[in-house]
Amino acid sequence: MTHLQLCLAFSSLLFAVGLTGALARSNSILVLLGLELMLNAANLNFIAFWRFGPPGGPATGVVFVLFSIAVAAAEAAVGLALIISIYRHQKNIRLPDARRLKG
Amino acid sequence: MNAVLIIIATATLVTAVMAMAGKNLLHSVLLLACSWAGVAGFFLWAGAQFVAFAQILIYIGAISMVVLFAVLLTRRSRDEAMPATASRSRKPYAVIVGAAVAAVLLAVVADWPASPSAPPPPPETVRRIGVELMGAYAPALLVVGALLTVALVGAVVLASVDRPGGSEDTQ
Repeated sequence: MTHLQLCLAFSSLLFAVGLTGALARSNSILVLLGLELMLNAANLNFIAFWRFGPPGGPATGVVFVLFSIAVAAAEAAVGLALIISIYRHQKNIRLPDARRLKG
Repeated sequence: MNAVLIIIATATLVTAVMAMAGKNLLHSVLLLACSWAGVAGFFLWAGAQFVAFAQILIYIGAISMVVLFAVLLTRRSRDEAMPATASRSRKPYAVIVGAAVAAVLLAVVADWPASPSAPPPPPETVRRIGVELMGAYAPALLVVGALLTVALVGAVVLASVDRPGGSEDTQ
């Protein structure tokens, strides 16, 4: 296997782990962390293609990953604020109990 | 060179699986910090030092701390005994879906046309990244700044207590 294939296999497995965690767990913090793992797997792909893929711009993959990390940080902040808000209303953070988000 | 990658990938995947399968939420968060450190190690291995240190600063430094605070703020009891009935019935389907996605992705990766050899590492310098960010990607950088501002203000608004009458939640 080439380097690119190894990197892509690594990121595929990491994505699958994150997806399984996000689907299987009912704790909303763990679901959010599963989403973060999937975003990390996407970042791995950016860097892998930048390094081992066909030549492109000199720093394109790096810049994409920087923007992706910024968006992931914003998503984590908003998601955790939502979780804290849900906890204040429902007194727990289990997703099956959070069907109703109004008021 | 491959051995280093395989070691990094194994450590990252094992900690990620342990974090996703664990019972204790705090242990999960700390294991995920290890997993993010593994991803940063991959970035270092691939020659993207700036991204690796950004990953360490943002994920291990900031996001894991925010998640830890959220865990501690929403904790009910010390033993964290969650009723896991719904999650137990959903788990086999989740594993099936995850395995199917992994199989499809790995099949695509295995059929990937092999490049002849690893190209030389691109000359990635912080100066070049700065020039690109301030040049071609300046509008995107501004949009990301606006997005972060809006998202953080929105997070504060969402998490703040806005009951002027004073309630039991405020202390």
